Amino acid sequence: MTLRVDGTTYTLGVDTRTTLLDALRERLGITSPKKGCDHGQCGACTILLDGWRSNSCLALAVAHDGAEITTAAGLAVDGTLHPMQEAFVECDAFQCGYCTPGQIVSAVGMLDEVDSGWPSAVTAAGDVEVVLDEAEIRERMSGNICRCAAYANIVPAIARVARR
Amino acid sequence: MTITPRAIGRPMSRIDGPDKVRGMARYAFEHPVEAPLYLYPVQSTIATGRITSIDTVAACAEPGVVAVLTHDNAPRLDKVESGEHVILQSDRVAFRGQFIGAVVAETPETARYAAGLVRFTYAAGQPDLNLRVDRSDFTVPAQVLPQFPMNTSQGDVDTALATAAVTLDATYTTPMVHHNPMEPHSTVAHWTDNRLTLYVSSQGVYRVKQVVMALFTLEADQVRVISRHVGGGFGSKVLPRADVVLAIMAARMLPGRPVKFALTRQQMFAQVGYRTPTIQRVRLGADGAGRLVAIEHGSVEQTSRVVEFAEHATRMTQSVYAAPHRRSSQRLAALDVPTPSIMRAPGETPGMWALESAMDEMAIACGLDPIEFRILNEPSVHPTTGLPFSSRNLVECLREGARRFGWDRRDPMPRSRREAGWLVGTGVAASTYGVLSFPGSVARIRLGSDARYAVEIAAADIGTGAWTALTQIAADALQVEVDRIDLAIGDTALPMATGAGGSTGITCWGSTIVAAAEQFRRTLAEQYGGQVPPDGLEVEAAMPVNPNIGKFAMDSFGAQFAEVHVHAETGEVRVPRLLGVFAVGKVINAKTGRSQLIGGMTMGLSMALHEHSVLDRRFGHVVNQDLAQYHVASNADVGSVEAYWVDEHDPYVNPMGSKGMGEIGIVGTAAAVGNAVFHATGVRVRDLPLTLDKLLGRL
Repeated sequence: MTLRVDGTTYTLGVDTRTTLLDALRERLGITSPKKGCDHGQCGACTILLDGWRSNSCLALAVAHDGAEITTAAGLAVDGTLHPMQEAFVECDAFQCGYCTPGQIVSAVGMLDEVDSGWPSAVTAAGDVEVVLDEAEIRERMSGNICRCAAYANIVPAIARVARR
Repeated sequence: MTITPRAIGRPMSRIDGPDKVRGMARYAFEHPVEAPLYLYPVQSTIATGRITSIDTVAACAEPGVVAVLTHDNAPRLDKVESGEHVILQSDRVAFRGQFIGAVVAETPETARYAAGLVRFTYAAGQPDLNLRVDRSDFTVPAQVLPQFPMNTSQGDVDTALATAAVTLDATYTTPMVHHNPMEPHSTVAHWTDNRLTLYVSSQGVYRVKQVVMALFTLEADQVRVISRHVGGGFGSKVLPRADVVLAIMAARMLPGRPVKFALTRQQMFAQVGYRTPTIQRVRLGADGAGRLVAIEHGSVEQTSRVVEFAEHATRMTQSVYAAPHRRSSQRLAALDVPTPSIMRAPGETPGMWALESAMDEMAIACGLDPIEFRILNEPSVHPTTGLPFSSRNLVECLREGARRFGWDRRDPMPRSRREAGWLVGTGVAASTYGVLSFPGSVARIRLGSDARYAVEIAAADIGTGAWTALTQIAADALQVEVDRIDLAIGDTALPMATGAGGSTGITCWGSTIVAAAEQFRRTLAEQYGGQVPPDGLEVEAAMPVNPNIGKFAMDSFGAQFAEVHVHAETGEVRVPRLLGVFAVGKVINAKTGRSQLIGGMTMGLSMALHEHSVLDRRFGHVVNQDLAQYHVASNADVGSVEAYWVDEHDPYVNPMGSKGMGEIGIVGTAAAVGNAVFHATGVRVRDLPLTLDKLLGRL
């Protein structure tokens, strides 16, 4: 199968039991997505899979032949941090850093979902346009657990990028 | 000596930040190694008893399996310090989930599958899993995190309580809870050329090295432990556990091949420690004016059958409030459970839930505002030892917090605010944590011909910001800019350092770096006339003894305020606002320090509302052993979290004047939330977590 990860194409054979996360980390040595729970419960493994945020631990690699994948490493181009990455550094939106690549990929994917008009559980019924206030950011980012509990910094970091 | 802060205090962004936001900072499991093997463990399915037979035939026949370890073939361990490390040595099972075997294979999928093919049969015993106050076999623990006394007594508590104008006698409980750092405990063990290289997720590489040398009969030059980035620890990575031992056993049996072993989230619930449940009784007595005459605090806890570990939940009761008659005690029951361990502010976190809930109840019983009641009972010297405090600003934290929070607008009457179906209340609690110090750290400073300073110490950054804060300290101690410092930590190839625990990192490593910098500058001036020799200059220095220890009581304090909303129909509890003001000495980095405080407070919120490891009393395993069922605070659970600190100058604690910020943030939060729940509803909940089942039917 082939995978295109952060702009580079890889060809590999995989065990049918191999998750996309393990294919990236153990087969390709791409360790930007992290393994926190392996059950889709923490979000540390979040990648953009064909443009949309996805838990790579819940995806079997064989089911994604030819997929286009972006990790947090790929968001930074030629060593220049993505605005979301800059905002996370500036706002100190992390401590240990282990959930951070997933948080950042998730935040970037989340903003695209908002641009596409996807409502969340806290969007009022009948709202035509999503107003990305703090409650919306918190709700939409709750699939990414931060045990260091930097949430009070993550929300303003994302809001800063969203305002641009 | 003291140093002049220039970089110190600045809100400098993390120097490891650009790597971490790209996912390029390498954690233990991510170090590239040639042709690794993967280990998957087998865990016991009984809580106590013996293994009677083992069948490894199917596992060994599975293609790709290179070894199956059981007690029949595993390497023997030499000097054992902790019973938790005794795995695969006999047929004994001490708790459910204990490692009894392992499969090593070419791929992680094969190892995991084949581990399920190993068959164990048992002669199971009847496990003892109940922590109850009416047990008859409690013991007084021999030691609590070595230095704290178990039982203290002063004056005549019983008489004072019998004659007090106002008394309180209440029992508070905290459940078993788990650290759950985001990075699971991971090891890469490589035995080659008679040497062992370990990449371990660890809060202290030298602790790992010392344990491994003793267990496997190795010399110092045979073991190197590397842990440059750690994905959270919260205490669970201070003491190496059996997962490291198992990985090394496999590596010893398979020389030349690196063995990779990361615990699954589920395995962590049996393997890497937890905070013991506590049952705490607090008795308070006050005179007619609201002055405490007696404080008694007792705690009952559990440990395993293999290690005695006790959490000193009553220690801070000796230092927070004044009262002439006081008593504290600790009791421990050994059960067929995994061994509890150090978890963020061990002792203070569960202890202040009890004491600060009791102080709220007592303030109400005395007819006093809870802030004024605390200020009324502020001691002028340490209540037990009589020593002066090196600095103590609890009163300032309470007053400044009240001002920022808007406490004066509060109607003290419970159940006085109702907004759109929600009962609204506010609460306050005090925080405290000791300023501790462990000896043994050494730092090396080398100025090269490139005019850059290499600063080397085997410290750990578990998310605390040590990479950045130590760089700032080194810059100020050497009187140069921060961009000339190249810090190296997390490797036993560097000079010895104590672990990241007890909020001691900056005190110990920072003092050591300051001592090395002082020696560097003295050597340069006295031996080289201020001229750097052509091949550079290198010095090494150990952490000096603090002459003020024993002359002062050294503690941090804080005040935390919570606003809670309790739904009048469903009992759901929300915490839209937390505010804390802390007295923690000099803050080395205003940005990362603030993060430590809000992180601690938010973990306290999580403890207050969610966290509870449910132990099956029949079988001895945690039922809710994953992150879908063991709830930690997610983004939507958290609202506004504000942390501030008062200006506090303390020349006695260390050369920087810092007191540690990693743990105090979690201390008292749960009590502030619980006190606010009482204010909102008129219902006092004394058992954590504050889930809706404890409120339903009482609203």
